[in-house]
Amino acid sequence: MTGFLASDPVRVALVVGAMAAVVSGVVGVFTVVRGQSFAGHAFGDLGTLGGSGAFLLNVNPLWGFVSVGAVVAGAMELVGVQRRRGRDVATGIVLGAALGAAALLLYLDTTRSSTTGAAVTVLFGSIFAVASGSLPVMAGLAGAGVLAVVALYRPLLLSSFHPELASVRGVPVRAVTLGFLVLMGVTVSLTSMVVGTILSPALLVGPAACALRLSRRPGVAMVLAAGIGLVVTWAGIALAYASATWPPSHAGWPVSFFVVALVFLAYLGVEAGAAARG
Amino acid sequence: MTNAWLAGSLVAVVAGVVGFFVVLRGATFAAHGVPLASFAGAAGASVVGVPAVVGLAVFSPVAAVAIGLLGRRRRSDVVTALVVAAMLGLGALFLSWTVEYASEIYALLFGEVLGVTGTEVWLSAALTGAALLAVATLYRPLLLSSVAGEVAEARGVRTARLELLFLVLMAVVTTLAVPVVGTLLMFTLMVGPPAAARAFVRSPLAAMAASVGIALVTVWLAIALAYETTWPIGFFVGIAGAAWYVLARVVAARRR
Repeated sequence: MTGFLASDPVRVALVVGAMAAVVSGVVGVFTVVRGQSFAGHAFGDLGTLGGSGAFLLNVNPLWGFVSVGAVVAGAMELVGVQRRRGRDVATGIVLGAALGAAALLLYLDTTRSSTTGAAVTVLFGSIFAVASGSLPVMAGLAGAGVLAVVALYRPLLLSSFHPELASVRGVPVRAVTLGFLVLMGVTVSLTSMVVGTILSPALLVGPAACALRLSRRPGVAMVLAAGIGLVVTWAGIALAYASATWPPSHAGWPVSFFVVALVFLAYLGVEAGAAARG
Repeated sequence: MTNAWLAGSLVAVVAGVVGFFVVLRGATFAAHGVPLASFAGAAGASVVGVPAVVGLAVFSPVAAVAIGLLGRRRRSDVVTALVVAAMLGLGALFLSWTVEYASEIYALLFGEVLGVTGTEVWLSAALTGAALLAVATLYRPLLLSSVAGEVAEARGVRTARLELLFLVLMAVVTTLAVPVVGTLLMFTLMVGPPAAARAFVRSPLAAMAASVGIALVTVWLAIALAYETTWPIGFFVGIAGAAWYVLARVVAARRR
């Protein structure tokens, strides 16, 4: 255990994981309440585009994740994510186009640098490889994300449950929707650093869905979701660290596997508990 | 090359037909989720040392049934997101166990049409036949439950079971299409052409035919371009899917 905490990559990983888990929990509750899991998932996949682009330009993948997230949030708002009907198709189309572009960029990554790991790193994450230099930026983004939710709490809540009522009361629903999409993009960027782009939605949606089963009140659910996220992320990192000696490869099992598996188990557990209570 | 054309055409036909219902039912997320989840199967197959198709054939129905059963009680989008993530996590684990070359992983994710063998074409043809037969048999109840769920329920259609069957159908298409277009982009083929077709024509059968036509053109174009440029086929399929959709939106807007 002392070896675990003494290792620099592990300490960075724990901090990064904690930040990602907290923001995800807070933003995730609204994602689930608003029924935007698919959009959340899409942001993850789209991060692939940013991540692979950053790889190609040789800059920190975080910047790729964040910039693409913001652009895509705008695109999704434009093609009409605010309507429930047709929203999924629009999301899917944007997602498909961006994934296609990501395919090309990853292909160029692989052929140009002949470092074959680009695809796997971007898609499945490499939390132990996060440079400690990006910590302040990530902390800033995480802090801004939480602050934004706190500031937008009332209008977000109102527009999530009663969009008509919200617009009658003078809440700019479209602006709030766009703001929330950007927020989701930033959050998913942070989690992408932890578990990779295609697994980041698990951290966004999973703990929040569990928390909403445990408490009906959004504020409480956010705290719970952040807590659950924190536990699964840290447990995932610890297990990945411990797995270095496990068969069959003796190279360690991926962090993302443990995190996602724990999230899934937590969700099944909470669901079963709720079903038992009736 | 002939094999690629054959396999690609078969995929386009099935994706066009099944995709019509995907768009009608608003099942885009599931259509994206089932192929993604099947990635674990392909990665697992390489751990055990069997062809990827076997892994796909085992894992995609499992994913479909898991999404269907767990999602029966509300919040099916959350369940889909979680099942997909769990399966992908498993895929990441399997990957870490193999010494697979990155290019092969890449092919699974983004497609590799030129590696299709003759046996795979026959297998694809059989699966295509089965899928088309299933759609033909389920056509009426599927259409009714997609458009008017309550009416279907009242007429005695068992919508829950139908939904599950539909997901399994999607799993079949996945098994068929993933080796060609890859896990990440196969759903564009199931969403782009049908969404465009629905904007052009109204009647379901005509829309289905149009959707198949558009899917065929997309796949042929993508294969040709991928062959010429050596760029990944997924790139062309993804971009073409979006282009069709934009075109359809423009046409629909002008008609109004």
